[in-house]
Amino acid sequence: MTDIMTLHYLVVAAALFMIGTIGVLTRRNVVIILMSIELILNAVNLNLVAFSRLYGLHGQVFAIFVITDAAAEAAVGLGIIIAFFRNKETVNVDEVDLLKW
Amino acid sequence: MTPVATTFFFYFLAIMAIVSAIAVITRRNPVHAALALIVTLLSLAGFYLMLYAPFVAAVQIVLYAGGIMVLFLFVIMLVNLEQNIREYQFNKQWLVGLIASIALGALLLFVFRAGRGTFPSVFYQGYRGLEGDNTQQIGLALYGQYMLPFEIASLLLLVAIVGAVVMAKKRI
Repeated sequence: MTDIMTLHYLVVAAALFMIGTIGVLTRRNVVIILMSIELILNAVNLNLVAFSRLYGLHGQVFAIFVITDAAAEAAVGLGIIIAFFRNKETVNVDEVDLLKW
Repeated sequence: MTPVATTFFFYFLAIMAIVSAIAVITRRNPVHAALALIVTLLSLAGFYLMLYAPFVAAVQIVLYAGGIMVLFLFVIMLVNLEQNIREYQFNKQWLVGLIASIALGALLLFVFRAGRGTFPSVFYQGYRGLEGDNTQQIGLALYGQYMLPFEIASLLLLVAIVGAVVMAKKRI
């Protein structure tokens, strides 16, 4: 058994990022698209913390800022979902075509 | 200090994170997807503990698994999804998604392979805050060097609160 290097963490983060990308591009439900965006943000966070093990504390501080941004983004995104559901009675993204003229 | 980062623990957490991440994007019921996402977030918190970042791990559990996921579950309960579960869950873009994801993965693998030497396995030596007083060091960095970004983040949160309230109001 080999030691765990930084590269191992980077590969896990890349896998999570790819899974999140597939989720954003293929799902129809807006709530699950937002969850996939959270997956992507978490993959980036894992990268930041893994590099902070190498280069000092700054990665961890930046990971905290990323978590803050994720909270703000989730609040606004879910507010938009509620407003949209009140108007159109659906949460499917391919039915959001009001601007598609 | 004996290392927490044992090989078995790493692979256990990695498999748990990736399997539940796949469950997030494949489950039909959004509540199940949210629960799978909580498992992913908790295993990422385990990764942070292995990387000697206990404060980020605690913030991850409290803020992500506690706060943001409760928000998600609230919205899932608010929007009635009875007939949505019976609909088809994927759009026609799976080929585009697959191509984009494979291109992204190939790019990342190329970068990892090309930059192999720049990811050294030796850990940062001249810094003692990573193991003992991690929280204190992060606090000093946040209120010292990162003062302006910290205030901008608080402003961003205020704007997000106002925006969410305005979005969710009945009559705008």
